[in-house]
Amino acid sequence: MIEFRDVHKFYDKLHVIRGIDLSIARGEVVVICGPSGSGKSTLIRLVNQLEPLSRGDILVDGQSVASSRGRALRRLRSQIGFVFQQFNLYPHLTVEQNITLALRKVLGVVPEDATVRAVELLDRVGLADKRFAYPAQLSGGQQQRVAIARTLAMRPKILLFDEPTSALDPEMIGEVLAVMRELATSGITMVVVTHEMGFARELADRIVFIDQGVILENDKPVDFFLSPQHPRARQFLRQLLSPLHTAND
Amino acid sequence: MGLDFTVVLRNLDYLLWGRLTDGELGGLLLTVVMAVSAGILSLALGIALAMVAWRCQASRKLLFLWAELIRGIPLIFVIFWLYFLVPALFGGGIPNALSVILALAWFSSAAIMHSVLAGLQSLPRSQYEAGIASGLAEHQVLCWILLPQALRNLIPSFVGLFASLIKDTSLAFIVNVPELTTVASQVNNRTQLFPTEIFLSIAAMYFVLCGVLSLAARAVCGPSSR
Ligand SMILES: Nc1ncnc2c1ncn2[C@@H]1O[C@H](COP(=O)(O)OP(=O)(O)OP(=O)(O)O)[C@@H](O)[C@H]1O
Ligand SMILES: [Mg+2]
Repeated sequence: MIEFRDVHKFYDKLHVIRGIDLSIARGEVVVICGPSGSGKSTLIRLVNQLEPLSRGDILVDGQSVASSRGRALRRLRSQIGFVFQQFNLYPHLTVEQNITLALRKVLGVVPEDATVRAVELLDRVGLADKRFAYPAQLSGGQQQRVAIARTLAMRPKILLFDEPTSALDPEMIGEVLAVMRELATSGITMVVVTHEMGFARELADRIVFIDQGVILENDKPVDFFLSPQHPRARQFLRQLLSPLHTAND
Repeated sequence: MGLDFTVVLRNLDYLLWGRLTDGELGGLLLTVVMAVSAGILSLALGIALAMVAWRCQASRKLLFLWAELIRGIPLIFVIFWLYFLVPALFGGGIPNALSVILALAWFSSAAIMHSVLAGLQSLPRSQYEAGIASGLAEHQVLCWILLPQALRNLIPSFVGLFASLIKDTSLAFIVNVPELTTVASQVNNRTQLFPTEIFLSIAAMYFVLCGVLSLAARAVCGPSSR
């Protein structure tokens, strides 16, 4: 479904992604983790060309991302849902309009049908009563659920999440994870950058650990958590599980 | 010596709407009509230019140069040029008021372009990314996501620009368009005796007009911005 082939990314001279090869099958849920600055966000932003590739290629359903331009690129993007850490809802539009905008402008769905789909999805993420609210009137957890509904409205083949819960207060993480859990079991292909190791252990088919732009681990969750091969992965897990330990113990 | 405002009251209808009953718009009403039409024209032109400048780096330099050029020329020159140029290009049938409106619109569009572009650039990049990621084309992101937010933020600055526009319509005096300043000086020439009363009164009219405008703007965008 997604195939990274010797992917590189430079920001000017800074070599951020350094030769990534990775295949993700249809319906797979892959969690990407790694230390801050390791290139996780950059890696998934390459998939829908929020950042252009520097070298290599990514195939999405066989279509080359590197050589997609204009209409083909927009079509590709409309089939890939992207959920941002900061939600990025449109503040001047209501919840319903946030969901229907791309439906109408990209897919050409007529307003009545778009509304029906929005109501359906708001129901699915438990926010049917917030249809006419503006983003500023919602809590962080509610905003992120609207953002997820907004991407689902496009009926994407792939969902990309960039730390969807790390901008949330702890008491709101659960409601977003609950929606993601439902999605993960629905059979859609998901790539999730997250530090929520509970989600990873329970729902991921595979965990990819990257550090400094290269993949160090690519395992089933049991193997990753019980017997990580690379010392840096072990250190990362140790810090994640008991954050008070220092880096060198 | 006291001030005697009866001259203003006696000529009030002429000051307010000129020879409207004879089918010729004038006075304060013409001032408002000119300011509003120039405002709408310059808003449309300024927004369109800002959109072009936002989308295309190469055009931006050219447009900035053009805006710089306008900024370096006194408005009164532009009014003169159009006063002679527009009739020369389109024949004699163009009313003077229209050539002044075009001059004002052209002049203000540069300022509007600059503030709209700045408004677009001050929005977080994440808004653009959210739009692009959903498959929208760049111009759709601009029209449906960025512009509505930028324009809303710019209402206070547009009000300021519109107030200057109202005051700048008084320059139509030099090409003899019968707007408020022109009719006031006609009344003054006719009566000779009360220049202070007349010009104090029209100053008050300009002041009230601009004041009402900014109050209205505050009433409209006050609750949403706080
Ligand atoms: N637009 C950019 N311009 C220049 N450098 C960038 C840009 N975006 C990211 N970087 C750099 O690229 C590296 C990888 O960044 P990235 O955001 O992908 O890391 P990350 O793994 O997502 O980190 P975090 O866990 O903090 O989100 C970092 O060193 C970062 O400073
Ligand atoms: Mg990141």
